[in-house]
Amino acid sequence: MEQIKEQTTHMPRIGEPAPAFEAVTTHGKLKLEDFKGSWLILFSHPADFTPVCTTEFIAFSEIHPELQKRGVELLGLSVDSVSSHIAWARNVEEKTKVKIPFPIIADLNKEVSLAYGMIHPGQSKTETVRCVFIIDPNQIIRTILYYPLTTGRNMDEILRIIDALQTTDNNAVATPANWRPGDKVVVPPPNTQEMAEEGLKQGYECTDWYLCKKKL
Amino acid sequence: MACISPDGKPTESGAKMLRALQAGLGSPEEVASKAGLPLFRVRSGLRELTEAGLAKQRDDKYELSENGAEMIK
Repeated sequence: MEQIKEQTTHMPRIGEPAPAFEAVTTHGKLKLEDFKGSWLILFSHPADFTPVCTTEFIAFSEIHPELQKRGVELLGLSVDSVSSHIAWARNVEEKTKVKIPFPIIADLNKEVSLAYGMIHPGQSKTETVRCVFIIDPNQIIRTILYYPLTTGRNMDEILRIIDALQTTDNNAVATPANWRPGDKVVVPPPNTQEMAEEGLKQGYECTDWYLCKKKL
Repeated sequence: MACISPDGKPTESGAKMLRALQAGLGSPEEVASKAGLPLFRVRSGLRELTEAGLAKQRDDKYELSENGAEMIK
């Protein structure tokens, strides 16, 4: 317990390099660096053979083709064994006809869970909460989501975040609230008066000098 | 081991990677493209095949070892 308390005091943060790991998975031993060059969604679930997690795994499998189109790999994690993961994945396929196409880390010694702050002792001292780490091709953490044990994640939001991050990276813009691909994007606010005046002449849709949107 | 079976023989994905190296030296990216496997699987698989003596690493590229070539004959 002391070890968990101590190690969860460092929580990875957005903009930091993702903590390196080498872990046993359902697809063999994988290192974080194996994913270099791809976007990666590392997500944890509390336990195999549990109802909410099963619905999430089906949902993650269903968005897998959309993620692949965007150059994103998925990597699951819980503190169960590889045998348990394999048995659960086979059970899900048998009962629902959905094949789990991505690897799942068997983090029995909690090495990865602790490095990523996935165990929240206030929720559970032994299980990981529902975390999502979106890691970019340079292995920098770009988004962190935490959900409690009782709330299944929203796949639309995860896809939307990927689309928003990739749009930002490709176009040097930001995305407004509830943005969806195809919507107008936010032009970065000007840093000087000259840039503010020039911005107003660009034909952007401006509420004022600090909030301008444009179509891509 | 994802690429090597308990009997020491390459699994289906391991054999795909070895076959992708039949033409000579290849980078993980080239092997992934030829084998039709995700790059992360290939990076980890080539590590395993090298440890098992079925492939050899030369700088950032890989090639078949004699044992590896024998396995896919």
